[in-house]
Amino acid sequence: MENDRKGEVQFGEQLTARSHLARSAMTSGPGIFWVSFFLLLPLIWIGVISFLTRTEVGGYERPFTYENYSRFIGFGFFGFDMLYPQIILRSLVLGTGTALLCMVTAMPLAFFIAGLPARFKNLALTLVLIPFWTNLLIRTYAWQILLAPESPLTRLAVLLHFTEAGLPLYPSAMAIYIGMVCDYLPFLVLPLYASVEKIDWSIAEAASDLGADGPRVFWHAILPQVTPGLVAGIILVLIPATGQFVIPDLLGGAKTVMLGNAIQQQFQQSRDWPFGSAITFVGMGAVMLGLWAYARAAGEKGGEII
Amino acid sequence: MATDTPAIEVENLVRHFGDVFALDHISVQIRKGEFFSLLGPSGCGKTTLLRIVGGLDIPDEGVVRIGGVDAREIPAHKRPVNTVFQSYALFPHLTVRDNIAFGLRMKNVAKPDIIDRVNRVMDMVEIPKLAARKPAQLSGGQKQRVALARAIVNEPMCLLLDEPLGALDLKLRKQLQIELLQLQRRLGITFIYVTHDQEEALVMSDRIAVMSAGKIVQLGDSEELYEHPRTRYVSQFLGSCNLLDATVRQRGATGGVVDTLVGELQVESGKLPDRDKLTLAIRPEKVTLLPASDGTGQNRVRVKVEELLYIGSETHYVLRAGEQRLTAEAMNVKVGSQGFDIGAEAVAYLPAAGLLVLDD
Repeated sequence: MENDRKGEVQFGEQLTARSHLARSAMTSGPGIFWVSFFLLLPLIWIGVISFLTRTEVGGYERPFTYENYSRFIGFGFFGFDMLYPQIILRSLVLGTGTALLCMVTAMPLAFFIAGLPARFKNLALTLVLIPFWTNLLIRTYAWQILLAPESPLTRLAVLLHFTEAGLPLYPSAMAIYIGMVCDYLPFLVLPLYASVEKIDWSIAEAASDLGADGPRVFWHAILPQVTPGLVAGIILVLIPATGQFVIPDLLGGAKTVMLGNAIQQQFQQSRDWPFGSAITFVGMGAVMLGLWAYARAAGEKGGEII
Repeated sequence: MATDTPAIEVENLVRHFGDVFALDHISVQIRKGEFFSLLGPSGCGKTTLLRIVGGLDIPDEGVVRIGGVDAREIPAHKRPVNTVFQSYALFPHLTVRDNIAFGLRMKNVAKPDIIDRVNRVMDMVEIPKLAARKPAQLSGGQKQRVALARAIVNEPMCLLLDEPLGALDLKLRKQLQIELLQLQRRLGITFIYVTHDQEEALVMSDRIAVMSAGKIVQLGDSEELYEHPRTRYVSQFLGSCNLLDATVRQRGATGGVVDTLVGELQVESGKLPDRDKLTLAIRPEKVTLLPASDGTGQNRVRVKVEELLYIGSETHYVLRAGEQRLTAEAMNVKVGSQGFDIGAEAVAYLPAAGLLVLDD
């Protein structure tokens, strides 16, 4: 009881409640300030805008209204229209698909790198990171060149009768996903690799000793150990990939509107900030709902979530 | 199948890592129901041997037979043996109950059977209250019990234990030694027990194989190994031992006489080999310390008490007789001083029955 009044002991120093507060403010204060002023407040402001009405010149004013949201789910000016729900669904499919492909690709890669001799590990990790150092647009245009009609890759596809001669491999869904995986793979490989490095292999041996064959050793003894890294990586891929629109534009032929460019359109060309804000919020809500469902499922399975 | 088929039999096992032989042509048969210990310092190959029997490592040469069946082609998950790992290797994401049930689940045992057997084993190792906990919430001793339960629930033909008590404190280790021994007797399962603790091996084992540098240097029961070590290495590794260089002077029907640094000593006749240069060994507790006035007679050596370690129930003496240093251990039978202080003159009696002749 007496300790409560005296406050905590930190690094062997008895802190009063006041000095404890001061210390916390000094260490956590800048971060809290930054997040509050540059993330939380603008976000709240966007939330408020999403309930306002657009003015003639593209500003926003009262009265408060739900109209932006009802318009989003399809009850628009011209009657019921699935356009926007489709956009958000399309973006979620793109995000989930990218995350899945990245997972399938990153899993063997992370184990391969972890199995390399120590001196090659850093080299391999650097190679994984190189796409990070290149601008997204340049990388995506590079894929246009690689998938062009005369490129070796396209010729190979022609040889294997995947496509007709003289045609490029883009725009296509495949091209979009190639570009997406190339872009987001490092986000999944790095946290996954960190988990793989920490695997306690004696647990895998124990599983095998107790009668688990290869696939079951992986499922019961190895996968649970890399789950934290895997989940962190999937979240790191899923969120930005869902908002991505440059790659679908450049490799998918600019035919489809994604969540990202729908928002951009509203804020810029259409100058409809309230509606843009509403799309932003619904998109964010959808991703958070997905993560929440995932976390619940992982929690029920008994695994640690992150 | 004949009842005398060994539970585990290895023949000419070789395993090397680079230039180092972890196992150097090892052959040994382990009987059914036996508590068999592999004893040796770290790096002697004992864990490698255990892993090869369990199928977690593959020998470069040689044969492993489990219950008379050649196990070379049988993968670890199909062998009728289970391992208790030194680090316990419990599944961190599973509860104690699920950890123990794992092996039965992998073998597709019916669910009611699994529940029943898991409960029974948890009772046996006295952990039913821990059933719902995760390994991170357990103490070292509790983890040990879970690891043991997880292995024995499968009713293996042979249980492989890799220094299972190595990470526990002395008191808990002693307690678990007894429990482990009782469990082994009750279940009748063959135990192969790897340890570097000589006392643990002596207490628990039916037979012990002392290993050094990938070879079994001596194999026998506890008493045989302790009372009749054949080499300097075994005599020093199991307990401590006084070693004396000796030269044979006289061989007779009733006994021989050898010259040592402490003078001439009588040795029992059957023990003398053909060669003349040899090493004598005597355990410190076989050396009797007598008052200086008892100085004459066979195998009595005048000594000076150089150091004295009072252990409580016994006292350890470091003695000097000229060039030779001797150690002696005596129970503190008397109340108070045992009569030998540092610097005191005394007589050490090395009875012929306690003097061993080593092979090297």
